[in-house]
Amino acid sequence: MASQTQTRNPAFYALIAALVFMSAGPIALMLATSFKTNVDVYDASVSAFFFTPTIQNYETVLCNVLWYEPAHVDYCDPTFGRALKNSLIVGLISTGLTLVIGCMAAYALVRFRFMGRGTVSMTTLLMRMVPPAVLLVPVFGIWTFQFGLDQTYTGIILIYTAMNLPFVIWILQSFIVQVPIQLEEAARMDGANPFQVFFLVVLPIIQPGLAAAAIFTFRIAWNEFLLANALSGRSTRTVPVTIVNSITEYDINWGVIMATGMLLAIPPILFTFVASKQIITGMTAGAVKG
Amino acid sequence: MSVAIKANRLTPYLFLAPAGIILIFALLYPIGYMVYASFLDWSPSQRIGQAEFIGLRNYINLMSDEAFRESFWVTIRFAAVVVTLEMALGVGLALLLDRNIPGMAVLRTVFILPMMIAPIVVGLMWRYMYHPTVGIFNRTLKDMGLEGIPWLSDSTWSFIAVVIADVWQWTPFIFILALAAMQSLPRSALEAAEIDGASEWQKIILIKLPLMMPVLIVTLLLRLIDAFKVLEVILVLTNGGPGLSTEILALRIFRTAQEFQELGEAAAMSNVLLMLLMAITIGMFAYNRVQEARAARQRAIAEKGDD
Repeated sequence: MASQTQTRNPAFYALIAALVFMSAGPIALMLATSFKTNVDVYDASVSAFFFTPTIQNYETVLCNVLWYEPAHVDYCDPTFGRALKNSLIVGLISTGLTLVIGCMAAYALVRFRFMGRGTVSMTTLLMRMVPPAVLLVPVFGIWTFQFGLDQTYTGIILIYTAMNLPFVIWILQSFIVQVPIQLEEAARMDGANPFQVFFLVVLPIIQPGLAAAAIFTFRIAWNEFLLANALSGRSTRTVPVTIVNSITEYDINWGVIMATGMLLAIPPILFTFVASKQIITGMTAGAVKG
Repeated sequence: MSVAIKANRLTPYLFLAPAGIILIFALLYPIGYMVYASFLDWSPSQRIGQAEFIGLRNYINLMSDEAFRESFWVTIRFAAVVVTLEMALGVGLALLLDRNIPGMAVLRTVFILPMMIAPIVVGLMWRYMYHPTVGIFNRTLKDMGLEGIPWLSDSTWSFIAVVIADVWQWTPFIFILALAAMQSLPRSALEAAEIDGASEWQKIILIKLPLMMPVLIVTLLLRLIDAFKVLEVILVLTNGGPGLSTEILALRIFRTAQEFQELGEAAAMSNVLLMLLMAITIGMFAYNRVQEARAARQRAIAEKGDD
């Protein structure tokens, strides 16, 4: 094999190292800056990565959820602590809801042969085509004037669930197809009803698919800005909305804003390191196999 | 017994009902509503029933609106530039790195990171790096004794800056898809070519790329669609400026609705964007069909020739 001999070539390692550096560099810089005081940020003689680190920025951001009062914080701004709670509520509930509903629909589509996979793939692609910006006007109008859901968690959760459902149904379908029907028939012979078969037999088998779907759904709900901005009120604002609100000011405190950004980025980064395989499966499933 | 049978008949509908209800009320209804709203003169303080029906006037206003036309072209230019760059870089890197190197797993994991973190945060990171005085780019340039670049305050540079950020974020997507496609290629074709003495280049151009084409086209389509949806990164980086140099349509819709409170006009813009995306999707599908049909015809001719 010609390609096998070339793998010893150090140039490839250098290339990979360079790519890793380029990809992770900006994130590392953000992490470093989040431990920097504002004085150090503006001081050109302080290096980007080598300085005296401080957790002051994180203390400023999280001042109202900490169990102690940080000495350097004169006025505690509760905005971010509240937004973090809101983001968690919205992200977790909408993910749970999307998974349960999407799972049931995917199961019915596969086992009871409603529509072919083609129809669902087509719908998923069409839904993917719709930019969130396009949903902005109608969702704002309907949620405010007809459903009365503006400024509530329910409103934001509802639109996130609807946005994610097509993709979740589609990806779970490809996992459910692989569950042997004999297993379900056996369970049914033992007297299980359709709901028991679904929850006790099918769900445990498709766990990897559920993990992939959960990560993608949570990521979108956690990261989304546009619709959250239009639908949330003062007390239901999510983290991305508060970040954008705080950078429109003229004087930016880079350390604090980077700490905020870092806190928003931590969950997705953790998911990536824990489940990169599932994420790649979810990402490639559409184009390579479908 | 009959109740049990009935229950069984109803089961699939029970399983589908929640998803169906949510999709109809929270997705299909809003999109239909938007089409209707684009014919109205509507501001956010009004209920939709009070808004005046003005026919096509929103669209006519758009067509004669210099700023809208400009932002339409910015969108097209942005999508064309980033997708071309990302396809070339992503597929190129995949071709180069299609071998069993131990570091690949690390690279793939790190490569997913930019896509996973919030676009708002990506915008934040790059805005910090592009900062005229504290940003790492201008600091490095100054350390080398060069003039700093006005990354976000010059209309040409700000477009380049936005493109660089997007290429950083999305090239890995193409890379990962292209690599997956490459690794599922039939080994037999490549081995046959090797036996026939094909060079690396010949293998890439004559075998790998043509066989990957269907996947690459889908990848291109997905990326193109997403390029029209980019909003948060640009919002944080430049907010469309300076002037209209980076104001892509999605951002313009957001600002028209949020800042100028013109919901009817924003709906009309949304419709234009949606139709543009629909045209691209249908065009891609049609192209794919034509290609498949031609390949099938050629295969048929080749088989006839063999007989």
